[in-house]
Amino acid sequence: MALVKMTVNGQAVEYDVPDNTLLVSFIRETLELTGTHVGCDTSQCGACVVHVDGQSVKACTMLAAQAAGSEITTIEGIANGDELHPMQKAFHENHGLQCGYCTPGMVMSAIELVEKNKGLTEQQIREGLEGNICRCTGYHNIVKSVQAAAQEMGG
Amino acid sequence: MYATTYAKAKDVADAVSQLKGADEGKLLAGGQTLIPTLKQRLASSDCLIDLSDAGLSGISDEGGSIRIGAMTRHVEVETSEMVKKAIPALAALASGIGDRQVRNCGTIGGSVANNDPSACYPSALLALGATVHTDRRDIAAGDYFTGMFETALDEDEVITAVSFPKPEAASYVKFPNPASRYAMVGVFVAKTSSGVAVAVTGAGQDGVFRHGGLEAALNSSFSAESIDSVAVDDSVLMSDMHASADYRAHLITQMTKRAVAAC
Repeated sequence: MALVKMTVNGQAVEYDVPDNTLLVSFIRETLELTGTHVGCDTSQCGACVVHVDGQSVKACTMLAAQAAGSEITTIEGIANGDELHPMQKAFHENHGLQCGYCTPGMVMSAIELVEKNKGLTEQQIREGLEGNICRCTGYHNIVKSVQAAAQEMGG
Repeated sequence: MYATTYAKAKDVADAVSQLKGADEGKLLAGGQTLIPTLKQRLASSDCLIDLSDAGLSGISDEGGSIRIGAMTRHVEVETSEMVKKAIPALAALASGIGDRQVRNCGTIGGSVANNDPSACYPSALLALGATVHTDRRDIAAGDYFTGMFETALDEDEVITAVSFPKPEAASYVKFPNPASRYAMVGVFVAKTSSGVAVAVTGAGQDGVFRHGGLEAALNSSFSAESIDSVAVDDSVLMSDMHASADYRAHLITQMTKRAVAAC
């Protein structure tokens, strides 16, 4: 067993879990934060993207023990109370989702992309979201959402 | 994933000793290949030894070469001003690996140790004449890659860094698989004082290789046109659901032309 201590959405957590526990299982099953999704078993879809020390990471491709000592942010941790994060708001306003399954990962990837890159072009947004798969929208409104949020976020 | 144990190595010597003490120990670098493989039970290990605290990260300018620590992540190579200035083709190669999340975790040491036949980095090592540094020796890239997923590494040997001599000019162009982003064919062309090197990844049945015919043509005239007459033998190339050997041979010619034009 591994003693995993980390900070998740600003709160210190500490649990003993089997060594082979994936970070995404730790988040969903141990912490019961089910906003982070699992869409595939092959590390391709990006529905599980969270931030680990400010970097976007596929939580299904990291062990919980590897993330011990880190600051984790999940989709539950980005709104300010009832006020949505600008990226969430932009997805809402631009119809950036249909079924919504990929949305938590899309939003977390897009936030890191916009925070780290100013003046993103449409092409750069499309390339920046390469690690996230959406099977409903054709990506068009997702890209529009990220463009709108980038304006709002000063990108 | 089968049950396993996890431990961080505090330095390279500790990693080697943990590896020696395990039945089927595996080094965990960025985990972007190893963890998906373990998850699907395509591999198992009784002991995962995490190298993230072993002091193997960082990029330094050694004068004639750039040295990249084994645990340096792709995103660090992609964004390094030092790499962009000295070997821009290497930074560009790193920026095209996988996706952002893979690049935020994946490491050069992990890629080189795994020697996936479609990985990007091996072509850069071969074309640039890089040296693989391990806990016990230095291995020239030409001696290091020994076959598909095979390397010259001993069972308990740990890569510590890779040194890339600075070329006069270099360029890497790949034709990515549209789903996985792995190279269906990737060609790294480098011009150095000892001539032109052309290394091909994603195509060879034995993994990455140098193409003597393309090198000879480019050494006599460094232009995209000069390789028009070079035949690429498809009998040594992979044929799979993604592309036939014949198509890969065509892609090698085209990617080489693009790389030469971009040098």
